[in-house]
Amino acid sequence: MSGRDANDRPILEVRGLKKHFPVRSKRFFSGERRVVKAVDGVDLSISRGETVGLVGESGCGKSTLGRTIVRLYEPTEGQIIFSGDASPDRRKMQMIFQDPYASLNPRMTVGDIISEPLAIHGIGTRAGRAERVHSLLRQVGLNPDHAMRYPHEFSGGQRQRIGIARALSAGPEFVVCDEPISALDVSIQAQVVNVLEDLRELYGLTYLFIAHDLSMIRHISDRVGVMYLGRIVEIAPAEELYGNPWHPYTKALLSSIPRIGRWKEGAGERRIVLKGDVPSPIDPPSGCAFRTRCAYAAEKCADQVPALKDRGAGHYVACRLQ
Amino acid sequence: MSAVTEAAAPLLDVKGLNVSFFTHVGEVRAIRGVDFHVNARETVGIVGESGSGKSVTSLAILRLLPYPGRVTSGGVTFRGEDLLQKSAGAMRALRGDEISMVFQDPMTSLNPVFTIGEQIVEALAVHKKKKGAREARAKAIEMLNLVGIPDAASRFGAYPHEFSGGMRQRAMIAMALVCEPSLLIADEPTTALDVTIQAQILEVMKDLREKTGASVILITHDLAVVSETCSRIIVMYGGQVMEEAPTRELFENPLHPYTRGLMRCIPAQGGAARERLVPIPGTPPDLLKPPAGCPFVERCGEAMRICLASRPVFYGEGRHRAACWRLDPEAPR
Repeated sequence: MSGRDANDRPILEVRGLKKHFPVRSKRFFSGERRVVKAVDGVDLSISRGETVGLVGESGCGKSTLGRTIVRLYEPTEGQIIFSGDASPDRRKMQMIFQDPYASLNPRMTVGDIISEPLAIHGIGTRAGRAERVHSLLRQVGLNPDHAMRYPHEFSGGQRQRIGIARALSAGPEFVVCDEPISALDVSIQAQVVNVLEDLRELYGLTYLFIAHDLSMIRHISDRVGVMYLGRIVEIAPAEELYGNPWHPYTKALLSSIPRIGRWKEGAGERRIVLKGDVPSPIDPPSGCAFRTRCAYAAEKCADQVPALKDRGAGHYVACRLQ
Repeated sequence: MSAVTEAAAPLLDVKGLNVSFFTHVGEVRAIRGVDFHVNARETVGIVGESGSGKSVTSLAILRLLPYPGRVTSGGVTFRGEDLLQKSAGAMRALRGDEISMVFQDPMTSLNPVFTIGEQIVEALAVHKKKKGAREARAKAIEMLNLVGIPDAASRFGAYPHEFSGGMRQRAMIAMALVCEPSLLIADEPTTALDVTIQAQILEVMKDLREKTGASVILITHDLAVVSETCSRIIVMYGGQVMEEAPTRELFENPLHPYTRGLMRCIPAQGGAARERLVPIPGTPPDLLKPPAGCPFVERCGEAMRICLASRPVFYGEGRHRAACWRLDPEAPR
């Protein structure tokens, strides 16, 4: 967003970011090249110490956006400016992955996994690195003795803690958390979320928190962005977004969250059930990509892609309807 | 058990069920003495974390336990008949006809080389419900329509890969209900789906329950999902039932420390943001060496000495019961 305080200088600024993946054509000899527009023009700025949540259905490009920001993917187009630097130090940006079973090398000890980023960047001596591993293990709620063990000896929640320790070992300022809790049981999710919150306090970290669990996102984020087919359609401070959603897609998404205690609400609270599935990102609808499922879609929605417009109080919406 | 107070005998009655997996490292006691019942036209939710035994319970009911799992004791009575005594052939005739099941992952439970329509018609053919090819086809299309697949007649010939995740799950539900079973067991039917699609599927299930009058057992880890769809909830942990109550009663007045702990793990909706979550410390018990007492004792903030030594009995009255020594009138408050 550009409308924030000038002295509140963003740690990360993303401008017009696009990430397209080429796909094989249906007909081999046709020579036609098609692309999946996973991320298609995202502007996002994140202030230091802020946690921005990113929600959306599968295939909306939220993970691709996170991976492109930390440069696991090379962007097709657009700029990523980190602390005013267009080619930032990779040590400053790290990532926590979704699947704690697939993201840890089974042949490495926990100590080696956590200290690998340090070794790669040539930080510290061997003894110093071991010391760092021990203090990180303690900070994520594991025992320093665990450094000698292998990933298979740990439960899902413990593995995710190891993944967190690895992400923090090189001393990042910004961490992309890509669905860090969705593979975990409810009682373990809360443990991991608390660890993430404690570390944010301790190191003054900035998070981009990607998840599809809308209530957990609300809990952890300062601001929440909603993605649909490669674009951010609405972004606002968490309380504002959940209390006062504006975009028809956000409304539908929020109303589809199952809620405990719905019996307390009157019959007036009607759930909006979206029809159909997300369209293919190979051939997204023209104009507003949501118009094919939108109950309010008008003719003008097909003409052009709506831009994010400021609606006050840091609430931005990309919708042409008033 | 509240079955006594119910006028008619329950549709399904599970009594003292014990299931073990005899693995090379030893006997894993996945289910240890589970009792519950399902009445006709009722939707019961079974909630639990991974390893709580919720899926194993449903597989044991249908006698689909994978090797090396075995029911070691207990009984499963369906319409007055003991399912555990039935022959393999009789069970095969029953599955998909009287009791059917919807699994979590619709991609692995559909056969990729047959069309959706053929697979639904097969269910009819196996149970000899079909009078002719044309009629079977009409019935399958009617079911696809019922679960909300648009343009069902032309989708009849589509293969599973041509369907999206939500559509596949709809097709699975159509297949499960085509023989008009009296009990549908849905094991995490929406876990692999997005919230918007989850809302669609839950809506479809609710609709169909009203139309067909089938009873449903909904197995899930998501408290919010059962709170919206079920009339009664069973909370499982470590292979045992911890608490059972009508939905609203369970959420408004949870008796078991585990149930209360689970509810504190979920961010309060509409509550103050940034309120710290209260996680349940520790991890679930190892069922290779099941605890002698309450399976939750290691993680429970209210544990007493007796909780370590002996398994709690059920307390509570009417339709609300919980297995916790704290509920004993002699327990310290």
